[in-house]
Amino acid sequence: MTWMALAEYLVNGFVMGTLYVLMAIGLSLIFGMIGVINFCHGILFTLGAYATVVLKDSLGFGPSLVVSPVLVGILGMLVEAVFLRRLYRADPSAGLLLTFGLAMVAEQLVRIIWGTSGLPYNIPQGLSGALPFGAFLYPKYRYFILACAVAIIAGLWWFLEKTPYGMIIRAGSRDGEMVRLLGINLRPIFTFVFGLGSALAAIAGVLMAPVAGVQPAMGTDVGTAAFVVVTIGGLGSFWGAVIAGILVGEVVSLSILIWPPIAQASMYILMAVVLLTRPRGLLGERWEKFE
Amino acid sequence: MKERTTAKRAGTSRRSFLKTVGVLGGAAALEGTRSWVGPAIVHAQEPIRIGQIVPQTGFLATMGMYGSTGAKIAAEEINEKGGVLGRKIQMIVEDEANPGVAAQKARKLIEKDKVVAITGIVSSASALAVGDEAQRAKTLFINTGANSDEIRGARCHRYVFSVEGSNTQYVSAIATWLLQQPKLKTWYFLTSDYAFGHDLLKVSQKLLQKAGRTQVGSELIPTGTADFSSYLLKLKAAKPDLVFQNLAGTDQTNFLKQFKEFGLESEVAGGVVDTALVWPVGAEALAGHFPLLFWHELKHPGVQEFVAKFKKLANEPPENQGWADYTAIKVLAEVIKKVNSTDSKALIKGLEGHRFESLKGRELWFRDWDHQLMMPMYAVRTKKKGELKDKWDIFEVISEVPTAGQPLDSIAISRAESLCKMEPAD
Repeated sequence: MTWMALAEYLVNGFVMGTLYVLMAIGLSLIFGMIGVINFCHGILFTLGAYATVVLKDSLGFGPSLVVSPVLVGILGMLVEAVFLRRLYRADPSAGLLLTFGLAMVAEQLVRIIWGTSGLPYNIPQGLSGALPFGAFLYPKYRYFILACAVAIIAGLWWFLEKTPYGMIIRAGSRDGEMVRLLGINLRPIFTFVFGLGSALAAIAGVLMAPVAGVQPAMGTDVGTAAFVVVTIGGLGSFWGAVIAGILVGEVVSLSILIWPPIAQASMYILMAVVLLTRPRGLLGERWEKFE
Repeated sequence: MKERTTAKRAGTSRRSFLKTVGVLGGAAALEGTRSWVGPAIVHAQEPIRIGQIVPQTGFLATMGMYGSTGAKIAAEEINEKGGVLGRKIQMIVEDEANPGVAAQKARKLIEKDKVVAITGIVSSASALAVGDEAQRAKTLFINTGANSDEIRGARCHRYVFSVEGSNTQYVSAIATWLLQQPKLKTWYFLTSDYAFGHDLLKVSQKLLQKAGRTQVGSELIPTGTADFSSYLLKLKAAKPDLVFQNLAGTDQTNFLKQFKEFGLESEVAGGVVDTALVWPVGAEALAGHFPLLFWHELKHPGVQEFVAKFKKLANEPPENQGWADYTAIKVLAEVIKKVNSTDSKALIKGLEGHRFESLKGRELWFRDWDHQLMMPMYAVRTKKKGELKDKWDIFEVISEVPTAGQPLDSIAISRAESLCKMEPAD
């Protein structure tokens, strides 16, 4: 095993990891802010992919890349405003059941509207093929995924850290009551955060669509992985989600190299190990409202 | 006032009561008359129900649409001519889902819907389960999509017939071409990790030995894998002359797509390929040679009409699955007519001796000791960019296998090698 070959695996794991990060940040934001375990995260991924396939012909690849997550984000906001909001005072499991039910309904709707066997969607001409760096050969499109994901994660960090709106979101996740006492209405912020989380899941779907094909069940595995990543990283932690996502991507990639049969279970083994040693997750913090 | 209304209501209800009794009595009398007049009149009204189990969800779902459309066309053609034995054919379609569900659906079709036969099934694992069920319920099952040799081999059944080619037939179809490529010395196998894949791997490794080539790697890939990047990196490190893919369903599609993406330089060949899985890949950048059960540009009699009907219904041409399900219904109808019965035992005897044509230009028949259809297969290569006349025209037939002079059973497993021991005829 040459260093170059190992580097390819590490880069590949990193790239796949960034997709997990996008999914996990959305999930973590929603849970941190609203306290809802969003079981429809996987189907939002799927809807993002379908949206981009449908829009590609009329808008072209680039614009559909931007418009699809926005559309799914708006859908997320509608879901929050119309359905979820009513359940905030109810039993915590009510929100969970709602998102679970919505996920099932949405998946069947996708089957009914677009068929059960999926839609063909290919990498656009300009981004296909591989880019060699000496002996290191890696597909152009995956560099593209990497670039987009890193840009989005960086932009998200800047938004949450450096803008007043981002500060409100972070504060609202920590201690909603105090924020309300300071005179800030959190209801529209909840809606926005749910929309943002949905849009992040959709972006992951849009980026993944040309790679693995677009079919109704494409979001289930990714959705489950997102939960694993959030658990490993620590609920409510931005950098926890980032580190855990990359870690899971690398673990899966390397386990295929070392011993393929364990590849699918490897992320769960990692989660078990992390929970045994650090029950709160790698960067999980003590948040009073979760204690 | 009150009494009159009450009396009126009682009157109406008595009248309606008598009406109901009259109708029921009449129906009962008619029922009696029907059976007295004879079964022929009863059956003249009742359609011949055929159950079809196709994958509508999961990684094999791509093939489901083609299978159900093919069967639909056959049923319509038969019904336009008045049906069989004066009765129309009625298809009842169910989702295959997984082996447990498939077996349950088979049971439901047999016991509740009282189907004459079950057709369909693509997953070899499900075919084994449904085959067992069909044997237990003593109802005919015509397998149209499952390839494992095991289904016609160690776990063959008297009540199971296969229209779909076996793994041995598929690999034989591409073997001639492979044996003529001395430069392809090192092979790397990628196999779907379930019944079909394991079976196909065995058959393709036999071919490897026969050809005197070397295996430089073999990976078992879980079904439903979305991302092959790590496997492709392994493949790249091994640098094989030939990648022999034994994948199924969307795994095959995703693998071929990502193979293109990574710009790897090995030749690709396959154990079992369904054109429907390669269409979404856009075959141009792929240098591949594959075996097919059916190709829609064949020049045999009947093919053009079938393709036209299929395109009208599905907006796509037919492939392996479309042909197989079409043929299954067609031959079933022919045999029902021939033996003048829908009883499975009679149908089995009828199928074993039946010789027929179905869009392949040569006479087809089922072997009586393993119930596998003997038929020609096609070795194809992917066309290069300028050669395609439309987006469906991705392959070019390099040969029909076996060639015109050779017997059709020369590409199937021999009786000596086969592990099939069928239950005795009852």
